[in-house]
Amino acid sequence: MRTQNATAYRFLTPYLLIFAVFWIWPIISSFLISFQATRTVPWRFAPAFNWGRLIGDPAFYNALKNTLLILVIQVPVMIALAIVMAVLLNSPLLKARGLYRFAFFAPVVVGEVAYSAVFRLMFSLDFGIVNKLLNSVGLPKIDWFSNVTPAMALIMIAVTWRWAGYNAIIILAGLQSIPEDVYEAATLDRVSKVRQFFHITLPLLKPVIVFCAVLSIIGTMQLFTEPFLITERGGPGGGTETLGLLLYRQGFRSLNFGYASAVAYTMAGLAIAITLVQLWLMREPK
Amino acid sequence: MTTSRSQRRLGRSILLHLFLTPLALIWLFPLWMMVVFSTMPDNGIFSPGIELLPHDGFIDNFNNLQRDTNFVGAIGISVSVAVTYTILSVLLTSMAGWALARYEFHGKGAVVAIIFGTITLPYAVVLIPQFIMVARDFALANTWIALIVPPLFNSLGVLFMRQAFSMMPAELFDAARVEGVKEWRIFLFVALPLARPMLAALAIILFLASWNNYLWPLLINSQPGAMTAPVALGTLIGLTKVSWGGIMAGAVMLTVPMLIVFVLLQRHFIAGIAAGAVK
Repeated sequence: MRTQNATAYRFLTPYLLIFAVFWIWPIISSFLISFQATRTVPWRFAPAFNWGRLIGDPAFYNALKNTLLILVIQVPVMIALAIVMAVLLNSPLLKARGLYRFAFFAPVVVGEVAYSAVFRLMFSLDFGIVNKLLNSVGLPKIDWFSNVTPAMALIMIAVTWRWAGYNAIIILAGLQSIPEDVYEAATLDRVSKVRQFFHITLPLLKPVIVFCAVLSIIGTMQLFTEPFLITERGGPGGGTETLGLLLYRQGFRSLNFGYASAVAYTMAGLAIAITLVQLWLMREPK
Repeated sequence: MTTSRSQRRLGRSILLHLFLTPLALIWLFPLWMMVVFSTMPDNGIFSPGIELLPHDGFIDNFNNLQRDTNFVGAIGISVSVAVTYTILSVLLTSMAGWALARYEFHGKGAVVAIIFGTITLPYAVVLIPQFIMVARDFALANTWIALIVPPLFNSLGVLFMRQAFSMMPAELFDAARVEGVKEWRIFLFVALPLARPMLAALAIILFLASWNNYLWPLLINSQPGAMTAPVALGTLIGLTKVSWGGIMAGAVMLTVPMLIVFVLLQRHFIAGIAAGAVK
């Protein structure tokens, strides 16, 4: 191909303009704002103002702890569930495949607000259907909203419900790209299905699973709507406060843009670290 | 030998369905309850009995919702914004993807590197500068532009369309070039029609993203007359005097159309989501 600068940039420029103004510049700008004191006008450069506060802020550590706790528990459970869903949906023995696919994939199209509202109603203390069902099989009611542990569990259940099918779609696509003859050879050698799963399927799926894990970690790290709407602004008493909520509170309730930017860059730092770990995990074995 | 093997198959098949059916029912349960709640009066929702079947109160609930917030108006905004956003975003990203896939030019490596290098950064990072820019510098809060233009930065479509265009054989376009057809006509009348399945997948994903978008519209369009439907519905959650049946009617109106689209266009949906993994 010969060089076609003028033609190429005619196609590229409209997108690049938007990309520069609403993505690249904000990335830089946010970094700069995190080093400024923004409570007074005009803003002034004060490198330690926000970052110093962040390091000593119990609210930050609480949000960080909750976010990491959700990450460490919810993401592995969901990925495992997504693998199970994908493998079983891929089974040639499955009848009425379309119905099962619909059941697991449908949450993908459901908006955060709609499903947050339903979960809030389903898990309410006295009239929630979940507690009624627990009661009807002789189990005690759970106060999902007033105690920290059930509240955290509720957030994790909600996020898992919403995103397991999404990951299952990606994993299923990965499964279907594994050539059939790999399994035929193993079956001829009388390798059991379970062993085939652990010794053939899982290793071949590794890149896809790592991809899903990174995507889920970055998504969960920014968790906002569920603790905002389901457990009502991170309740009980900050028990489900996340970094996303802290950023919202600091940036858009207190209008403290500098501090909120420092929180945002903490999330970015974590995301970059996780991406690097991903690249390391995906490296070609020597 | 063959009988025992087919018996084993049957056993495995039964086990598979015995495990998967309850799981599928649990997964459908919240959606089913959304529909059930949307048809029940509030004193039915907040009663001690277990109700698992729909009633006939949807219209009443909808009227209650409309009394609590102008939901029909908000739906109107959501539809217009999602349609406009989808058209603009598909156009912008497929043009950019076409340039990256089919031309050699100075700075190409840098553009690709910047897009890939920043794609895993959390959206939270740009939220504050975007807000300052749109609300303060451009004074565009509570406008359609504020809802449509900033989210156009999304680079997923660029990578997706770049992939789609680079898989097409070069001869297709070279033949047109020999005949003297202009590049933009080749793009519009040769490349885009060939990419129709990919465009459909992309459009569906973008429409859904815009339709369900919550955080940005919540921040930038907070005035009642300018709210999108999810934001309007979100303001009701947590109010003490509010019709929960109405909220559920709103949730159904946001969700059921998307479920229908999902069933009808499942193939494109799944292609769009699975494409995330090919990168």
